[in-house]
Amino acid sequence: MLIRALKDEGVEFVFGYPGGAALHIYDAIFRQSDVKHILVRHEQAATHAADGYARATGKVGTVLVTSGPGATNAITGIATAYMDSIPMVVISGQVQSHLIGEDAFQETDMVGISRPIVKHSFMIKHASEIPEIVKKAYYIAATGRPGPVVIDVPKDLTHPAYTFPYEYPEKVKLRSYTPATRGHSGQIKKAVQLLLGAKRPIIYSGGGVVQGNASHLLKELVDLLNYPVTNTLMGLGAYPGTGKNFLGMLGMHGTYEANTAMHHSDVILAVGARFDDRVTNTVSKFCPNAKIIHIDIDPASISKTVTADVPIVGAVDSVLGEMLALIKDSDEKPDAEALASWWGQINDWRERHGIYTQNRFDTSSDKIKPQEVIQAIWEVTKGDAYVTSDVGQHQMFAAQYYLFDKPRRWINSGGLGTMGFGLPAAMGVQMADRDATVVCVTGEGSIQMCIQELSTCTQYHLPVKVICLNNQALGMVRQWQDMQYSSRYAESLYEDSLPDFVKLAEAYGHVGIRVTKKEELKAKLAECFALKDRVVFMDIMVDQSEHVYPMHVAPNGSMRDMLLSKTERT
Amino acid sequence: MRRIISVLVENAPGALSRVVGLFSQRGYNIESLTVAPTEDETLSRLTLTTLGDDHKIEQITKHLNKLIDVVKLVDLTEGSHIERELMLIKVKASGAQRAEVKRCVDIFRGQIVDVTSTLYTIQITGASDKLDAFLQAVGDASIIEVVRTGVCGISRGEKVLSL
Ligand SMILES: Cc1cc2nc3c(=O)[nH]c(=O)nc-3n(C[C@H](O)[C@H](O)[C@H](O)COP(=O)(O)OP(=O)(O)OC[C@H]3O[C@@H](n4cnc5c(N)ncnc54)[C@H](O)[C@@H]3O)c2cc1C
Ligand SMILES: Cc1ncc(C[n+]2csc(CCOP(=O)(O)OP(=O)(O)O)c2C)c(N)n1
Ligand SMILES: [Mg+2]
Repeated sequence: MLIRALKDEGVEFVFGYPGGAALHIYDAIFRQSDVKHILVRHEQAATHAADGYARATGKVGTVLVTSGPGATNAITGIATAYMDSIPMVVISGQVQSHLIGEDAFQETDMVGISRPIVKHSFMIKHASEIPEIVKKAYYIAATGRPGPVVIDVPKDLTHPAYTFPYEYPEKVKLRSYTPATRGHSGQIKKAVQLLLGAKRPIIYSGGGVVQGNASHLLKELVDLLNYPVTNTLMGLGAYPGTGKNFLGMLGMHGTYEANTAMHHSDVILAVGARFDDRVTNTVSKFCPNAKIIHIDIDPASISKTVTADVPIVGAVDSVLGEMLALIKDSDEKPDAEALASWWGQINDWRERHGIYTQNRFDTSSDKIKPQEVIQAIWEVTKGDAYVTSDVGQHQMFAAQYYLFDKPRRWINSGGLGTMGFGLPAAMGVQMADRDATVVCVTGEGSIQMCIQELSTCTQYHLPVKVICLNNQALGMVRQWQDMQYSSRYAESLYEDSLPDFVKLAEAYGHVGIRVTKKEELKAKLAECFALKDRVVFMDIMVDQSEHVYPMHVAPNGSMRDMLLSKTERT
Repeated sequence: MRRIISVLVENAPGALSRVVGLFSQRGYNIESLTVAPTEDETLSRLTLTTLGDDHKIEQITKHLNKLIDVVKLVDLTEGSHIERELMLIKVKASGAQRAEVKRCVDIFRGQIVDVTSTLYTIQITGASDKLDAFLQAVGDASIIEVVRTGVCGISRGEKVLSL
């Protein structure tokens, strides 16, 4: 009945791994063909794959695991989805009802363990509740501020002999859950006035614009007002990366122009962004002259770290739509003179230290620079690939140098920063779009956290392109050790113990390509992407000593305090 | 500042642990917590007292409201309200002390609910500070055991917390 409910919910794919407590459910999967199951090699990968699928499509990702170790292996992926507000339903098998609480074989309190990292959870008590709980779970996961929902199902309640009248509810009503949709119209008016009166405005948009399918509205707003716009790591693609008003990412590794413009702005329109500490730097020094308009569907995101002057609780698409209508109707126009001088200032910052006006890394070095690799991937994929990433320096280089023109193309773990996310997430994306070019930008550290999924790629013919920026180090850790621990590389190096990734890829039945010379880079990448139907693992040996810049000065720095290279700071 | 927050939650398994978990997860403190079913059997009413500045209390109420099991809540301390706590206390009461304790109980409008030759068991209700004052009046030396229910409260006048 569980599988029938999933089918009625419109679930296409379930990412999972079987085990005792889930075997009745697996048997039900075997006996139908509507809901397709993808067998991963580790439950963490099931959650990341479902997560990648959700991020690429906007639909809810579905995971199925068994009790005990199956459930605990899923925890990292649930936390990853929770931190980035990704809609996901995780169904976990549980020991039989009468054994619960007895430390039965493979028993773990899944509802308890997952409690702080889920939007909600359910424990099924009667088989007859299954359809309604499934409906509620998908509804809660997808609406409002999205997030993961766990359904824990004791084995006896999925026994095929247990029959009951089945009806899948068309709608759910939860008296205690009414997510905000429209914003307060008085507040929206106030926001528009403030915005139109600004002399040094900036739009700071985040993952909520991607999640809330409002990118086209954001673009319309930016074009209408001709205001500068910056995106968070999670918001990349919400406004086109190659758009002329785009200042690049902001925050710890944001561009000089984005961070400096934020610091000097007088009005900030924050949409679907949550003033994360990786963005604000020292909160008490954050943008001292700015009035802040904050649009977010979750009231708890507003004034959590930085106090909003005009808070608007509502869905981005609805609120931006209303703002656009008001602006179009208004007689007031932005102050053209002030705006021109603001752009003059911003363009000057771009020229001086921007990473898009000039290459700020050493292009004459004969070592391969990681930044160049990302630029080359962007060229060969014409800027139109899905790019997933792991966590570390390679992630930041990808965020900075792959310019995303569309939303849902950049898929990474921002909030939790989960190494191991990239490859399984890429599988989920490729499941959703079989013809798409899907690239996983990774490091030799991160990829080894879920490398077993190369086998899943074989089974389901998922021709993901894995591009490993191999700096033979936990590079991000090494960078911090350079900066704060006098280059004492405590456990960030592997002492020649890395595997031969080319042979490893071949062992899984894939193509492995190693690049050691700078001159070969473009040709080898072209070779890689020409192999449309194959998984290709590119092991690219990059300069170990490269650091990610700009980088916020911490502690006690403001938005504009940045290191620009190993020798320059603002 | 000390706040009293009253919450209506679904009378569902796990609801209480979600509320308590939220406090420990986000580093908010709970001074006291009471919970019991209401006249509507699908709902429980939970009263908790916590300490925090306005910013913290705002975050607490927002996060409580986000919990799917929370139906409605009110910060009673925002308006005038009635607050009650019940305390049972065992004190030494022999010799001259006996009359002294009895007088104290009368002043605080308490009741002696159990007696032995050397002990009184006393019941006192009131706002938490009244109970604190009683404990002080009796003095540490005489106190043998104290149990308090934690605060429950209700708004004054027409204001109600219901569906
Ligand atoms: C190594 C590393 C370095 C990092 N460096 C940076 C950095 O330099 N810069 C940076 O920006 N980040 C960086 N991050 C990421 C950072 O940790 C946060 O994940 C990120 O800043 C949060 O992005 P966001 O504010 O867009 O919020 P998200 O986490 O994307 O949250 C979205 C917000 O939008 C709201 N929302 C969701 N849906 C809707 C809707 N329909 N309508 C309205 N609101 C909605 C949600 O309630 C939430 O508040 C880094 C991470 C790592 C691992
Ligand atoms: C699961 C997990 N463990 C530890 C960390 C801390 N961490 C952040 S970046 C990093 C190094 C990543 O190394 P690699 O994948 O090689 O990427 P590089 O920085 O070298 O590009 C580590 C260990 C993490 N983010 N996730
Ligand atoms: Mg590395």
